Order: sequence, then structure tokens, then C-alpha cells
Amino acid sequence: MHPLFLFLSFVALLSALGVVFAKNPVHSVLFLILTFFSLSGHYLLLNAQFLAAVNIIVYAGAIMVLFLFVIMFLNLNVDTEPHKPALARIAAAVAGGSLLLILVAALKDIVPTGVATGTPFNSQIGMVDQLGLKLYTDFLLPFELASVLFLIAMVGAVMLGKRETGERNF
Amino acid sequence: MIELPALGWQSIVIFVVFALSLLIATYCTYAERVIAAFLQDRVGPDRAGPYGLLQPLADAVKMFTKEEFFPGGANKVLFVVGPCLAMITALMSSAVIPFGNTMSFGNNAFFLQGIEVNIGMLWIFGVVSLGVYGVMIGGWASNNKFSLLGAVRAASQNISYELAMGMSLIAVLMISGTLSLREITLQQSVAGEWQMWNIVKQPIGFLIFLVCAFAETNRTPFDLPECETELVGGYHTEYSSMKLGLYLFSEYVNIFVVSAVMSVLYFGGFNFPFQYELRDWFVNSQGWELNSAQNLITLLGTVGIFLKIFAFIFFFMWVRWTLPRFRYDQLMRLGWTILIPLAVFNIVLTGALILFGVI
Amino acid sequence: MQLTNRAKVLEKKPMTLAERAYLPAIFQGLSITMRHFFMKKATVRYPEEVRPFSGFFRGLHVLKRDELGRERCTACGLCAVSCPAEAITMVAGERKKGEEGLYREEKYAISYEINMLRCIFCGLCEEACPKAAIYLQPDKMAPPRYERDEFVYGKDRLVEPVSPDERSVKGIQLTPEQADKLRARIV
Ligand code: SF4
Ligand code: SF4
Repeated sequence: MHPLFLFLSFVALLSALGVVFAKNPVHSVLFLILTFFSLSGHYLLLNAQFLAAVNIIVYAGAIMVLFLFVIMFLNLNVDTEPHKPALARIAAAVAGGSLLLILVAALKDIVPTGVATGTPFNSQIGMVDQLGLKLYTDFLLPFELASVLFLIAMVGAVMLGKRETGERNF
Repeated sequence: MIELPALGWQSIVIFVVFALSLLIATYCTYAERVIAAFLQDRVGPDRAGPYGLLQPLADAVKMFTKEEFFPGGANKVLFVVGPCLAMITALMSSAVIPFGNTMSFGNNAFFLQGIEVNIGMLWIFGVVSLGVYGVMIGGWASNNKFSLLGAVRAASQNISYELAMGMSLIAVLMISGTLSLREITLQQSVAGEWQMWNIVKQPIGFLIFLVCAFAETNRTPFDLPECETELVGGYHTEYSSMKLGLYLFSEYVNIFVVSAVMSVLYFGGFNFPFQYELRDWFVNSQGWELNSAQNLITLLGTVGIFLKIFAFIFFFMWVRWTLPRFRYDQLMRLGWTILIPLAVFNIVLTGALILFGVI
Repeated sequence: MQLTNRAKVLEKKPMTLAERAYLPAIFQGLSITMRHFFMKKATVRYPEEVRPFSGFFRGLHVLKRDELGRERCTACGLCAVSCPAEAITMVAGERKKGEEGLYREEKYAISYEINMLRCIFCGLCEEACPKAAIYLQPDKMAPPRYERDEFVYGKDRLVEPVSPDERSVKGIQLTPEQADKLRARIV
């Protein structure tokens, strides 16, 4: 195994654990960002530069900034954390456990391309043009639906930001 | 497996690019003060060295010898990480900018560019979007409400303007069909063809990008995260010494990078008018070898892109010392209700123009 | 209630499109600053370059001597009386035998002090003096100091040096070239 892969996996797992175990929610978020970075590193190792970049832009660059934003405002810390009843803890454990179960079940039969099967590994598979071709041929409908959804969200944001009649204009 | 860039020549280029961004940022601090002074009928710093040229050095000495201060209740680790992050993210983006065409010596050819990746534009965009972390983390870790407010402002401002910026970039992508900054540059000037710089095809897009660039680099008129009339010092209220220096410095590195990106995307990067004619003239009438003529053109092009970058940096400073600061609600309104619809309109317009074969 | 007829009703017009687009105003502002970029700079680079004093600048006082090198002041006290800031104090004394070369009149000032913190450099002392003894120099100022008592100038610092070419080491001093320039301007 490539030493870079080992290192990235190590960082990814460690920071993922950090997300869960960190006492301070801001630290949790920062660990999560670190996790995203190591995931992007993995994408790079798989020669999927586009995914790596988009992962950083969307998750680390935008979504986590919003997370951090909200958490900074809430000023959560250990004292203000409400005591959770035992039932909630059990429910959380069950939910998380079943997710794990599903993931394991789904992934156990996967054969990575190019390892055991005869399919040759296409090194260009992660490149932008390949991805674009796939998206615009095989997955055209879901892709377009998703973009329409985003457009609607954007228009909604603009509408919310519009000045209403009668609103004070300083 | 990812192909690492060939070491050797390329590593020298990387080192030079790195050093150059730092050097230029250093002198930006000087230029800022001189330009501010000139715009206000003053002369600016002129004591340290001839024309005050050693002023950045004096500033650095001052910064380094100031007291290292940690506010009580601050998160020590993150308080230090903040400015480091700001600086790292600022420096990272200059790696993919093509500062020149190919230089060839015998069989060795190398690009005057840190790393040539085929997602250069995404790289820039990603790194720029990370830039806000330095500010946010530093502002939060200071344990000061002014810092926190500054950090929060920075975050919301960056997110809002990133959208419009990304969409103005998409229009450029639609014309060029590639994410590689090098390709985009080369497309803006093709030998024997009448090719125009992207600014001609994308005037609205450029305007949007320019405004967003001001917002993303936290420059006046959008420097609300450090708005001293409302927030004392904004996110760096509690910072002193070189940690403050890193914050201030990263702003200039950011300006440099953003100027470089604008020159590459909209102003032809290292191209300059009549470069091919000039090369052919050297080869045909002066009897030069093709290689050396090309190298000369490359060097001239590098000078050209730096001139463009300096022009943009000057513009940034010119605007800073001309315009007053926006109010925060004005800033948000401008971003969401004007720039974003304009950017969407620009995309549609570009698509239509491409469809009808105009550009 | 109408108090005067000068009240003007201001109408707040809605902004025109050009005003709402910001850009024209921004370019206007940019062009204004750019004009200033090329304008003459107002800065005077101080130690190398001094602001020229005006020809009738009233600066640090000097107690003059006559053509024989005798102190002109006769301690009449008219300057102290005329001084609106009450900055001048003096102690008068009688000239002894053998001091004729030092003092012009029979009565002279044993001590003569001007408090430069009180003085407003109005020049009334100069106007009042019947003996043309006190003048405010056009090329010297009382320099900043750290202690208050240093601003009380005694005779040691006020009386003109015997040799007219010898210049006081105290006070802000013009270089000979600057003095020449100033003289040329005044004349
Ligand atoms: S200049 Fe005016 S204030 Fe100063 S000592 Fe003379 S009379 Fe008094
Ligand atoms: S300076 Fe003139 S006015 Fe003052 S005491 Fe002397 S002679 Fe009289």
C-alpha cells in the first residue's frame, strides 16, 4: 500500500474520531473539515481531481463555513449542554449501529475495479470531461432536476433578500 | 496514481513563484501607503532607504519585535492556527497560475507555472473559499465579541459573494471549455487568428468577478470584517506582533493572487498583442532560432502578465482610497439581489451567444 | 410654526437608474482621486526642507545690543506692562562704575525672564520698548523641551551674543543657506 494512502487514512480516521469525541463543538467542526481534506487527498490518489476540488469547495469551503458560523453564534459548551436522557442515547446508538450495519452489508461484496476482475483501471475516469460525459448522458435527468432545484433555491434566496414595499430604507 | 510534477526545473519555478508572491505582497504594503498618500496629496513613507523602499523591512522588524500577546480565555492553539491558515491558503493559490509560456533549453521544456493541473480554476476557487477559515478561527479563538462579529461577517460575506463569483467563472468556462488556467490563457491568443481577450466576450462577467474579488479579499469598500468604526479591529482586534502581521500580509498575497487570476481569465494572461508576429520577425528577419525567439517571447509575456497584475493591484488600492465602506445590509443586498441575478443572466446570455455562434 | 421665510422644503426624489447603479458615481470618484494622484504634494519633508517663515514672523525674543556691544535694555518695565500674557519679569539694578561698556543706560536689568509658555508672541513688547531693546526674531522659535522651567528664558538665552556672527546654540536654528534664502525673500 502506498505510504501516502496509509497516512491519509490515518488522518481521516483520527479526525473522524475527533469529530465525535471532541468536547468543544467548534473543535468538532474543525476535525470534520480535516476529515474532508483527507478524503480529498484520497480522491487525488484515485486521480479524481475534479471530485477532490469540488469536495473541498462545496463541503469544506461552503457548508462547513456555515456550520462553523452557526456554532460560533450558539456558543455551545459543556455547561450549556442539556443532559440527554438514557432513552435518547440508546436510540442514537441503535440508529448509528443500523447505519453501520447497512454500510457493511452494502460494501462487503464490492470488488474494486482493476484488482481482481479483468476490467482495466481507467486512469481518466475521474477527470472532468469523463465525469461530464457521464453526467450529461447516463444521468441527465437527475442532474438537470438537481440543477433546477438549486436554481429554485437561489431564486428563493434572492426573493427573500428583496426589499419589500414599505420596508424602511435607511 | 497521481503524477507528481517533474522535479528539477519545475521545483525551481515553484520556489520562484513562492518567493515572488511574498516579495510582491511585501511591496504591496509599501505601494499601498505610497498610493494612499499620493491620492491624498501627500508623499507617503520616504525615510527608510531611498524613496522609503526599505519601509517593508522596517515594518517587519517592528512586527517581529512587538509583544506576543494572548488574550485571557483565548483558545491558544486556534489563536495561533488562525493567522497561519490565512497565510497558507493565500499562498497556495499562486501555485497554479501560469506566469509564462514554455521555456525550452535543448530538449528540456518547462512551464513558467508552479503546477499545471487540469482543474486550475477549481483549485483557485477552492483555496479562495478556504481563505475565510483563517479569519473565522482567529476571530473565534480570540474570545472577544468584536473579533467574533468580525469573523461572522467575514464568513457570511465570503459565502454570499462566492456564489456570484463562481457563476461568473462558469461563463468563462462555457467559452473556454476547460478548467486549466494554462489552456484558458493559450486560447486567448492563437497564432494567425484574430483572437480577443476574454474581457471582450465577458464584460459583465468581469465586472461581477471584480466586485466579488473585492469582497473575497476583504478590501474596501467591502472590508466590513475589519471595520474599525464598528468593530474596533474586527477579527484581528486581539492580535499583535507577527500574528497580526500574517493577517495583514495575507490580505496582500490574496490581492496579488486575485489580480493574477483576473489577468489570466479576462486579460489574456501572458499573451500580449502581436507576439507571434514579433516571434516570426525575429526568426525570419533576424535569423534567430525558433527556440530562442520563443523563449524571448515567453519572457516578454511574463513581464506582460506582471504588468497586468500590477495594474490590478494599483486598481485595488485606488478604489480603496476612493470609496467609503458599504453598510453591511447594502453589502448583502448587492451580493444577493444584484450580483447573483446578474451572474445568472450573464450565463444565459453567454449560452445564447455561443448557441448563435457569436463568440 | 413658521419662524422665517428662508425655510426650504427639500424633496427627496427617488434615485435615478444611474444613481442606483452606483457605477457612474464610483467612476466619478475614481477620476477625482486620480486627478489628485498627479497633483502637487502638500508635504514638506521637514528636517531637510523647512516651511518658509512669513516675512513678519514673530518668533523667539532677543535682547539687542547697541553698536558698541552694550545692552540696550534699561529695565523700564514697559514691555512687562504691555504684555497681555504677563510673561515678562525683570529686576532692575544700577550700573556700577566701570560697567559703562556693558550697559548703555545707568539703569539696567539684572535679570530679565520671559516665560515662553505664557507668551503668545503678540509682539506688543517689541512695540512698547522705548529703547529698541527687545525684538521678536523672524527666524527662530522656542523649541519643545521636557521640563517646564526650561521654558523660562533668562538673560543668558535672550541677550544677543556679543559677536553678531555667533549664533545661539539654543532654539531652532536655520542653516546659513536657509537664513540667506529667507533674507532674500524678505528683502
Ligand atoms: S510677545 Fe506679547 S506675550 Fe510675548 S512677551 Fe511680548 S508682549 Fe508678552
Ligand atoms: S526691553 Fe525695552 S521695554 Fe522692556 S524693560 Fe527693556 S527697555 Fe524697557
